[in-house]
Amino acid sequence: MPAFPKAADTSTHNTQLRANLRHATHTIRAKRATAVAELDDWGRLRAAGAAIKDRTLRHLDHYLEQLERAVTAAGGQVHWAADADEANRIVTELVRATGEREVVKVKSMATQEIGLNHALAEAGITAYETDLAELIVQLGDDLPSHILVPAIHRNRAEIRDIFTAKMARWGRPAPDGLTDAPADLAEAARLHLREKFLNAKVGVSGANFMVAETGTLVVVESEGNGRMCLTLPDTLISVVGIEKVVPTFQDLEVFLQLLPRSSTAERMNPYTSTWTGTTDDDGPRAFHLVLLDNGRTDALADTVGRQALRCIRCSACLNVCPVYERAGGHAYGSAYPGPIGAILTPQLRGTQSELDASLPYASSLCGACYEVCPVAIDIPEVLLHLRERVVEGGPASVRGTRAVIKPAKGHAAERAAMRAASWALDHPRVLRSGQRLASRTRRFHPRRLPGPGRAWSDSRELPTVPAESFRDWWQRTRTTTTPRHGDDRNTP
Amino acid sequence: MRVGLFITCVNDTLYPHTGQAVVTLLERLGVEVGFPPEQSCCGQPQFNTGYRHETEPLVRRYATAFRDYDCIVAPSGSCAAMVRDNYPRIGAKAAAEGRGRELADAAAAVVPRTYELTEFLTDVLEVTDVGAYYPHTVTYHPTCHGLRMLHLGDRPRALLSAVRGLKLVELPGAEECCGFGGTFAVKNPAVSAAMGADKAHNITATGAEAVCAVDNSCQMHIGGTLARQGSTVRPVHIAEILASTEGDIW
Repeated sequence: MPAFPKAADTSTHNTQLRANLRHATHTIRAKRATAVAELDDWGRLRAAGAAIKDRTLRHLDHYLEQLERAVTAAGGQVHWAADADEANRIVTELVRATGEREVVKVKSMATQEIGLNHALAEAGITAYETDLAELIVQLGDDLPSHILVPAIHRNRAEIRDIFTAKMARWGRPAPDGLTDAPADLAEAARLHLREKFLNAKVGVSGANFMVAETGTLVVVESEGNGRMCLTLPDTLISVVGIEKVVPTFQDLEVFLQLLPRSSTAERMNPYTSTWTGTTDDDGPRAFHLVLLDNGRTDALADTVGRQALRCIRCSACLNVCPVYERAGGHAYGSAYPGPIGAILTPQLRGTQSELDASLPYASSLCGACYEVCPVAIDIPEVLLHLRERVVEGGPASVRGTRAVIKPAKGHAAERAAMRAASWALDHPRVLRSGQRLASRTRRFHPRRLPGPGRAWSDSRELPTVPAESFRDWWQRTRTTTTPRHGDDRNTP
Repeated sequence: MRVGLFITCVNDTLYPHTGQAVVTLLERLGVEVGFPPEQSCCGQPQFNTGYRHETEPLVRRYATAFRDYDCIVAPSGSCAAMVRDNYPRIGAKAAAEGRGRELADAAAAVVPRTYELTEFLTDVLEVTDVGAYYPHTVTYHPTCHGLRMLHLGDRPRALLSAVRGLKLVELPGAEECCGFGGTFAVKNPAVSAAMGADKAHNITATGAEAVCAVDNSCQMHIGGTLARQGSTVRPVHIAEILASTEGDIW
């Protein structure tokens, strides 16, 4: 994967992608604002959501052990996975033990994060995505580009072409003469998926919430495919990040208001499935919960960065982000695109790779993400914190161990420039000499800059340097006569 | 009341006209202003790029330069926000690193006294009609720091609405970032330029003669983009509009 700026450069030149993303994000952005404005206690709900998550994270060991006891008592089995490899190994072995070669999947960020489908394929097991957008992505041999709408980068015509070309290879083919009308596309997907639901013996899911006191898991969805996968198979395996736990069932009262309004702009999502272990003659006979760390403990050790673990994966920050809108989700190089990805991925994976070191810079710090976040994650604050880690290094937790991280590579020239600038700015005489030199030579300034400055002058005119700085004007006029403003104005 | 002007490094070096407008406006309103020459830069470029330690001398410098003023006024939303939001963080982190409370105390001393220009006019001087005259059609771009960090809200619009001769036209997509973002503009040039181009098109579509903002750094990017697009819309700082009178249009 190239670093973010390079990948984003490619996507900004893709006019179809830009149009798809612009239309989708602007539509959902406006709807969210309307849905949120309906509640006059939104601010208090948001504060409550943040507080519940913070308290849970502070006592995460306690709540996870409580959850394990409750799930086990209800007939489920709990497995602990330190990283992606371990989680994939556990799930693969669990599927193998059933003798099945196919699984149906509920849309899940955690399984995207660990690359479960790929790991299962290597073991000869086919995983069928059943969420409409995940299906589009899977059939198109593509990657998701959004947390909520994985195929947001595709339009209806592209989806029709993917269905027509690819459905037959995965199961029931698309009907002849398929149009790009949403109802027709949905019907084609429904018929294709129904076969899968009715034949599946093993379901794989994530979860939006896990309740520690009861051992209950919760999946919130719109299409009903989740309900099918959670109820019809004999075996259910759920892979869930450890930060998804909440202490009590009543805490869902807060999150089931925050999540749908922020995410799909609905007052309530159509399907909320909850299950607690196993139940005789109802639903799966075997339930396995795989608790996933995969860098979360490292994030938890960081007093500034840990707030990213409050995330309930609503995607409001993506939908409002002007950078995401133009760069697209693939540029972020992980399952978590957009602003939340820019602060989560470098904490889960570290900041050593070129891509991961570039993610904290994938933001103009406009603050729109913080404003809409339903659990009040101060994303700009975490971005700045991680930028410091990239260029200065410092103490961090790496795979559960305290370490001192070295600065990421490739910042030597920038560091030297920043130091020089700080030094000059801390010596106003030097600053003034520089200003005067720039003023005296202004007739010779180029209109296009070489080197790093090209990044500016390729798309924008340069400001002209005025004949006199403010400080020189002040000194000249305040020590002589009444001030009159100078005659040369700089038009940016 | 002693008022110290924090002109900011960008205005000092590239847009002295804006600083002069601030002086003219405040003196017209009967405010005595000072300009401590030991001031330089708030440290935002360093801090926002990850160089927190390089920012520390500039925090000290700011606190020292403005020690003797009751109010510090900056014609820049982003620099005022840097002081108010990030100086306390820089101070707290230095203390956490075992280097004492000096920076935290410096931050605490300047944060409550630091105002962005439109805040100072409406909250401290309690004026919205500053007696200005500006016979032009203007659209207002709320910059991100002013909008979402300082929560300026309707203050700039209230000031502009009271300007005689000025016709204020609404900007579509006003609250979307223009794409400047400081070093973001050169670190992510493609996305920055794409955001700037969209903003510039929206500005031109309003039919306004000028686009007004409280930040010249964003205007540098917006104006540079407008010029490259061949647009005739001029970027203008709100201080220059508010300083204008019948006899003296800035």
